[in-house]
Amino acid sequence: MSEKMALKLQVNGAERTVQAWPMARLLDVIREDLGLTGTKEGCGEGECGACSVFLNGKLVNSCLVPAVQCNGAKLETIEGVSPTSTDGAQLHPVQEAFLRCGGAQCGICTPGMVLAAVDLLKRCPDPDEEQVRDGLSGNLCRCTGYVKIIDSVLAAAKSASPDGAKAVAK
Amino acid sequence: MKGDAPACAVHTPATLGEALAFLAAHPDWRPLAGGTDLMVPFAAGRLPDFNFLNLDPLHELRGIELTNEHLTLGALTTYSEIRWHEGIRAAFPNLVQSAWVTGAAAIQNRGTIGGNLVNASPAADTPPSLLAYGAEVELRSTAGSRWVDYDAFHLGYKQTALASGELLTRIRVKRPVPGAFHFYRKVGTRKAQAIAKVCLAGYGRAENGRVAEFRAAFGAVAPVPKRALAAEALVLGRSAAEVDPDAVRAALAEDITPIDDIRSSAKYRRFVSERLFASMLKDFFAHLG
Repeated sequence: MSEKMALKLQVNGAERTVQAWPMARLLDVIREDLGLTGTKEGCGEGECGACSVFLNGKLVNSCLVPAVQCNGAKLETIEGVSPTSTDGAQLHPVQEAFLRCGGAQCGICTPGMVLAAVDLLKRCPDPDEEQVRDGLSGNLCRCTGYVKIIDSVLAAAKSASPDGAKAVAK
Repeated sequence: MKGDAPACAVHTPATLGEALAFLAAHPDWRPLAGGTDLMVPFAAGRLPDFNFLNLDPLHELRGIELTNEHLTLGALTTYSEIRWHEGIRAAFPNLVQSAWVTGAAAIQNRGTIGGNLVNASPAADTPPSLLAYGAEVELRSTAGSRWVDYDAFHLGYKQTALASGELLTRIRVKRPVPGAFHFYRKVGTRKAQAIAKVCLAGYGRAENGRVAEFRAAFGAVAPVPKRALAAEALVLGRSAAEVDPDAVRAALAEDITPIDDIRSSAKYRRFVSERLFASMLKDFFAHLG
């Protein structure tokens, strides 16, 4: 038997403290205790990537992280992915690209896909298709068949590059 | 989630010394590293353990040290740290390959090499690489530290050489000689996230046209990650012309004991193992020129 712990987190830039069981899944803390339901549960065993978030800047499957390993950590969820807006009014370039290219369908995999794409573009700003497939290989979609998702990420990379911005401006 | 979080206790030590002292007093507490293996049965309500020793904050178990002689990995080194390490990439390509095919980015950011070895799945991707490179592991308890050949670490299905109160703390691998032969292949249902049906790693070098050093190890075709010792013996000391492929195939039949399970069949695994091994030997002798 254990006691709940005071779990301190910086959530999308804001300091939050919640009471959580040490072995609670970060996924449940995010959805139940922080009330951020953009993060989805798919498989619950680290196969599908629907629950992906950034923990201290690293992409993780929140279903596989116990709360006890998150105390004092910086957490970024899909709700905080846009650097300028936490109310969803302004989208991240990757979200814009998913919208433009039809990269989202039922929406369950989308938050994880977007964060995996953001993670990839941080490491590799100008990826080819193979690198996009590798970067998204931990994220499963059961609707679109991936083509539009991969197109979305390639489009996001283009729109973020100086040449791409010019092309969009034209 | 079916895992009973309220029933679980977690102890988080501040130092390795404290962790070892705690483990000596509570040998049945389950060490918890990156959680990528442990959290799966836990969340499904299938894990028999309710008491966990949280190793995550222990800096003593982190870090990569690469010298002219050795690579030493702290047990909490993640797959990502291995995958993106330039020095490891240059000298130990099999390790990078096996880290790359373990899960995908989000798993690689959390999963640790020490956890992978102690979890002791026969189908894990990094053990064949470490066996082929002739790695050693450091096991520590309050009584002190001992280095064990990794080859002697896996005793049986999910059984390891860890004694009560011991933690696996470091992994050490001798630096391969320049120009040596490295081989790594994993066969699974897809490139990422899949658990291996068969995996094979090899390392070798030659002197005067004959094989002077050669180790090959399989995953997912025996109760433990396993060296192909009988087949190795038919390659060591020989030139390409002196290796008898039929004898090697017969030796492999002794080395591996694949089973039918949800991921593959014994028949398929045996067939693919033979073909992978033959393909590796072909590459090896082509590499030697």
